[in-house]
Amino acid sequence: MTATIQTLEPAERPPTTMSSRLDGELLEVSMGPQHPSTHGVFRMNVALEGEIVRKLKPVFGYLHRNHEKIGENATYLSSMPYTDRLDYFCSMTNNWAYALSVEKLAGIEVPERAEYLRVILAELTRLQNHASLLGFLLSDMGAWGTPLMYAFRERENILDLFESLSGSRMMCDYMRFGGCRVDADDAWLGRAKKIVDLFPKFLDEFEELILQNEIVIARTQNVGKLSPELAINAGITGPMLRACGVNYDVRKVDGYGIYPRFKFRIPLGDHGDTYDRLMMRALEMHESVEILKQALAQIQPGPVVNPKVKLRAFRPPVGEAYGRIEGPKGELGFYLISDGGPNPYRYRVRPPSFINLTVLEDLCLGHTVADVMVILGSVDIVMGEVDR
Amino acid sequence: MIGTGILKGMAVTARNFVGSYFEKERLITVQYPEERIPLPENYRNFPILIYDNDPEAGLRCVACKICEKECPPQCIYITKSDDKKPDYMGKPQFYPKVFDIDISVCMSCQICVEVCPFEAIKMDKDFELSKRERFDALLLRKEELSKSNEYYHRIHPVEAAAVDTNLAEAAAAAQAKKKAAAAAAAAKPTPVTPNPTTTSAPGSTSVPGATPPESSSSPTKS
Repeated sequence: MTATIQTLEPAERPPTTMSSRLDGELLEVSMGPQHPSTHGVFRMNVALEGEIVRKLKPVFGYLHRNHEKIGENATYLSSMPYTDRLDYFCSMTNNWAYALSVEKLAGIEVPERAEYLRVILAELTRLQNHASLLGFLLSDMGAWGTPLMYAFRERENILDLFESLSGSRMMCDYMRFGGCRVDADDAWLGRAKKIVDLFPKFLDEFEELILQNEIVIARTQNVGKLSPELAINAGITGPMLRACGVNYDVRKVDGYGIYPRFKFRIPLGDHGDTYDRLMMRALEMHESVEILKQALAQIQPGPVVNPKVKLRAFRPPVGEAYGRIEGPKGELGFYLISDGGPNPYRYRVRPPSFINLTVLEDLCLGHTVADVMVILGSVDIVMGEVDR
Repeated sequence: MIGTGILKGMAVTARNFVGSYFEKERLITVQYPEERIPLPENYRNFPILIYDNDPEAGLRCVACKICEKECPPQCIYITKSDDKKPDYMGKPQFYPKVFDIDISVCMSCQICVEVCPFEAIKMDKDFELSKRERFDALLLRKEELSKSNEYYHRIHPVEAAAVDTNLAEAAAAAQAKKKAAAAAAAAKPTPVTPNPTTTSAPGSTSVPGATPPESSSSPTKS
């Protein structure tokens, strides 16, 4: 950390009740980009008065790797493995969002079994993302190791499923335009069923371990409150928006894929504070388990890929399309413009964690430095997606 | 009462700790170099080139360069040969003079495998790749990439069996086509002039969308 003393003009001085030797002087601290609890290479320039945050400027771009420009210069198929690297915790949902927008662009039908597999994999992704998020959040709070290890134990089961189906734990590259790359056999579905059936046991254990803990409650309740008005105006999506009590879920609003066939509820928060965001993830995992149970019971044999879609020399017609899904972190969308060539004319990603990060200063003002880490953890960012 | 939440949490930790001494399924880690988890059938790491019988002559790759074109990080470098050599089915085919894969760039996406019309490039399962040199050691040459079909059968048994069936079917179809053509030629007394589209076929094998039976049978006519 580097520290510089910054003196403000008397008129600029924020009102303070604290008396200290630094009274009226703001201490500017640069947190990150190598700080262990900044979830990657994220940096915040924090102006502190004592321990209270008075200003916060997020600085990102350390992991920028030109994703959109690469997408414009590569063929449509070649961009698929690059989408794995956006949010490297949820490669399956990234694949789905990209495949969905290309399918909209080219008007491709998806076979029913592929749709079921996509739902199963997306909900499994949501389970492992939320489980590891809770672990990371508690790790940021000082509960080193144990909750994170418990969460990673469950996550590893799900990643094993991904590995045996797609060949890779995290960089799955599984979806294709008009379906999925390989079919899941009955043994795989049986394993998935077993993991889904055992998952509520982990959830109960985790809730017992953490969510009633007085320290967790003291650290999270009334910390980092987000008002519904600000959340809507800033374009916040996902669990962070629903924690403020706004009922908006792309799975219900858009009904993409075959989500209208499943019965599930959308959990909503009341206060929009960090505790609500934490609980939101725990409740969403219960709903994901419900969707998974229905999908695994309903899935029928059949083809997993549309045979009409060409793998080589794929050229969609001229036009534009925006495909969006409810990713674990929020609304993930891909906007594509095609000029009829083998590569898109414009390739734009709407990354949920980048847009959710824009309200970080509003959440952190007036809280202590230690709370900044908790609030950042509850926003659920992955730098691969923020910087692209 | 304040503190009950913390005590409940500690009971969970204690249950897991004590349980790990009695229940085998609670022990989820393995001691890696001595103990290994078997890799799943679909596991993929880096591409290899498949040959039948002979590493030089039996290489299935015909240097059509589709994988080079479709590779997302552009890590494949191919130089096509000037002459033709008989391939594993005895037909004259181009072959790769140079076939390099920079596995420090490769991102293991399997797209080269999917687009290959000749079942020539497949994914390896070897993940212990640490090397002493920084640059040349991770640029794999044709000789290092070439692996036998038996090796492919060992690492992907189900997939390799399906590939062999497909190839045998394609070969049988080509054989039947050739026989029918020979029978047709024998029935007609005057020799048929070669079709200009078929003579230009070997050059057009790099056009995406070429299917194995067409492109592998076309050089025999020219």
